Amino acid sequence: MSEVPIHVRGVVKSFGETRAVDGVDLDVTRGRIVALLGPSGCGKTTMLRLIAGFEHPDAGEITIDGRIVAGNGRFVAPDRRRIGMVFQDYALFPHLDVAGNVGFGLPRRGRDRAEALDGVLELVGLAGLEHRFPHELSGGQQQRVALARALAPQPAVILLDEPFSNLDAALRAQVRSDVHRILTAADATAVFVTHDQEEALSLADEVAVMHAGRIAQLAAPERLYHEPADRLVAAFVGEAEFWAGDSTGDVVHTELGALALREEARGGVDVLVRPEEIRLTKDARGTAHVVAREFYGHDQVLIVRLEGGRRVRVRLGPVTDLTPGDRCHVTIDGPVRAFPRA
Amino acid sequence: MPEVAVAPHAAAAPEVPPRGGRARRGGRRPPAYLVVPGVLVALAMVLPLGYLVIRAAGAGERALALATEPQTLVIFANTALLAGIVTTASALIAVPLAWLTTRTDLPGRRVWAVLTAVPLVVPTYVGGFAYVAAFGPRGMLADLLAPLGVERLPEIYGLPGAALALTLFSYPYLLLTVRGALLGMDPSLEEASRGLGRSAAATFRTVTLPQLRPAMGAGALLVALYCLSDFGAVSLLRFSSFTRVIYVQYQGAFDRTPAAVLALLLVLFTVALLIVEGRLRGRAGYHRSSAGARRSPQPLALGRWRWPAVAFCALVVLLALVVPLTVLGYWLARGLAAGEPLRLVFTAARNSVLASGLAAAAAVLAALPVAVLSVRHRGRLSSTLERSAYLGYALPGIVVALALVFFGARYGGPLYQTLALLVFAYVVLFLPQAVGAIRASVLQVPPSVEEAARSLGRSGFGTLVAVTAPLVRPGVVAGAALVFLTAMKELPATLLLGPTGYSTLATDVWTATSEAFFARAAAPALLLVALSSIPLAVVYTRTSIAGALR
Repeated sequence: MSEVPIHVRGVVKSFGETRAVDGVDLDVTRGRIVALLGPSGCGKTTMLRLIAGFEHPDAGEITIDGRIVAGNGRFVAPDRRRIGMVFQDYALFPHLDVAGNVGFGLPRRGRDRAEALDGVLELVGLAGLEHRFPHELSGGQQQRVALARALAPQPAVILLDEPFSNLDAALRAQVRSDVHRILTAADATAVFVTHDQEEALSLADEVAVMHAGRIAQLAAPERLYHEPADRLVAAFVGEAEFWAGDSTGDVVHTELGALALREEARGGVDVLVRPEEIRLTKDARGTAHVVAREFYGHDQVLIVRLEGGRRVRVRLGPVTDLTPGDRCHVTIDGPVRAFPRA
Repeated sequence: MPEVAVAPHAAAAPEVPPRGGRARRGGRRPPAYLVVPGVLVALAMVLPLGYLVIRAAGAGERALALATEPQTLVIFANTALLAGIVTTASALIAVPLAWLTTRTDLPGRRVWAVLTAVPLVVPTYVGGFAYVAAFGPRGMLADLLAPLGVERLPEIYGLPGAALALTLFSYPYLLLTVRGALLGMDPSLEEASRGLGRSAAATFRTVTLPQLRPAMGAGALLVALYCLSDFGAVSLLRFSSFTRVIYVQYQGAFDRTPAAVLALLLVLFTVALLIVEGRLRGRAGYHRSSAGARRSPQPLALGRWRWPAVAFCALVVLLALVVPLTVLGYWLARGLAAGEPLRLVFTAARNSVLASGLAAAAAVLAALPVAVLSVRHRGRLSSTLERSAYLGYALPGIVVALALVFFGARYGGPLYQTLALLVFAYVVLFLPQAVGAIRASVLQVPPSVEEAARSLGRSGFGTLVAVTAPLVRPGVVAGAALVFLTAMKELPATLLLGPTGYSTLATDVWTATSEAFFARAAAPALLLVALSSIPLAVVYTRTSIAGALR
């Protein structure tokens, strides 16, 4: 088995006038879970379908498990790519029971089939439900059937298209950690598509942020958050506010005062400040004042109006002595990151 | 929904790089296992009409002269008049019935809903036979009144009789479409109107009726098309509309060119009607705006109109159901009393079931590739194929029959006057029903389910067999039932194309009625009604009509 089961180079795909995928490179290492994250219409689902073989690339090359499956004049049909796919709507076969669904990709008879079936049902925790039909299962169970069905033939890679979007919020966190456990236990290489940053950050080993058909950044979740490659990534991953500033080496002057820079810069820049990086000190002579509060339980957000009139969101722990109407001082925690002026 | 190509190619097959600007997703060439049968079906569908055009064009200027004869104009006017009267009368019966059975506290609402739809299973020539056998010369009424010295009854033949029979047995088409629309309509619109101070009557006029227009248009088109293509009622009741004249010409004259020209004119008439309806429908809106669960509106209290409403329903059921069945029963009893042999009826029934069963199977097989292509591989090719599959809607049975008679006599050689040619005619005529039913089923299969099968290692064809086919089975069953039902009732093609001596229930009724052997026609007619009811029951329980009757 190849150490890099998915290898994508310069893939382009247009639908009519629209370039859905515009020159994507992507490598997925064995055993890793990679998320394609982006707003709707960014090309992430098309990218997944290109890997699966449901779309034909206009240009570029896709290699699965060391074999060119698209590009260079070749096109391997989806049924011969050794991929397992979990669809957004699960796409369970309504005329087959759980065993029929999960066993669909297995050899039709033989002891291997029964063993593989039992093994994968055990893995996803559906043992005993073999003879239920899809409509007799809960949403979470259907999701696990879809996953088991994709895993059963032991594909080189698992592709998941918005795997949690059909579940209600209460169930989603539970299913997400189940899926993570199952994929890890199966030692699967997986690519999943999502528009939900929380999903991408918590589930993936690496996240590829897509925008307008391109991958803006591919990095581990922490790096993506702390070291976004550009303003777009910064704005899409986590909450972000940008402040115009003049930089002189390692210091930048902004409406928030003089801030330390992580990396040296000169001239006009935009400084990224996340809501949790702002500190407030209660002070009756402060130039800012608290105008509103959103309380979430585990944390809260204060809306603070600065002297110049701009409002900022400040994320704080659940306890604070500030209430709407109070005056305060605003300071920034730690060095900040600057981007070229937009 | 994304359209999905099922790539038919083997693993390492080199591919031509795709050209830009084609279908939305994965716009690949549709696979050969669908295209080849699809094209063959389309060619078969075009054959009768194509040959008819060639045959009429062969007559050159004479064809033109025949088409512009004053006599032809009279036939045209007759046909238009009949279609106009029947459609109007059907609307006057069907729209109130639909409204009464969906929106009011009509006593016995559910029972009336079923009873008023049942005349659908009475073929018009059986209905026509019933009315001739009841009110015609030597009919039941004449029998009963003769001892009282009544010698002459009012004339049943001609326009009044034909219009009456056609209306009574074709209004259910309108009823079912309008009922379906009323049931599917978002009741909150009507409630909003009532809440804004409009009375029930004003609400019906200003909110309900405008929304019903598309359904009424579609239903009216069905009825009008039915009138244009009906052969049985107009022939038995001796009204010279196109179909009857074509048959008379074909039977009587040695020269068959006039029949061919008239048949082509009838097709043009039908096509014109379809185009007009298409234009009208294009501007009309849909009748359901919200996706919420279907909710029944509060039924409207009829008050003192309760019993007049019941009387109206009862009158319709009396004329369209009770009278025909009573008459059939009366003549059956008389026939049995006179020792009419029943054995012949069983032979005819067997022949009917055989031909219709073969037609249902063949139509479903032919419809599958067309339906799958039209849903999964939208493009110029598939829409052309689909359109040609719907050609049967525009072709009256007598036209297809005549074209195939010409063709069979000329080129068909051994096929002429065989069961195969008859089944072929049935398929041409009724393929649209099979395609429609199966297409609706294919639309309900999410493409992702087929993609899942592909990703699990099944080929395109393997997916079709293992996933698509089982999932569209309800549509296949419904389509087969519809084709079977209509083929059982079919008369003109059966008359013209049936092998010599091959009598079916339909031809038995026809022959016996034309010769006024009413007692002999009763048994096959009753059996036909009974057999027609079975597939209709299947359709009721399997398709949206079930919803319309709930």
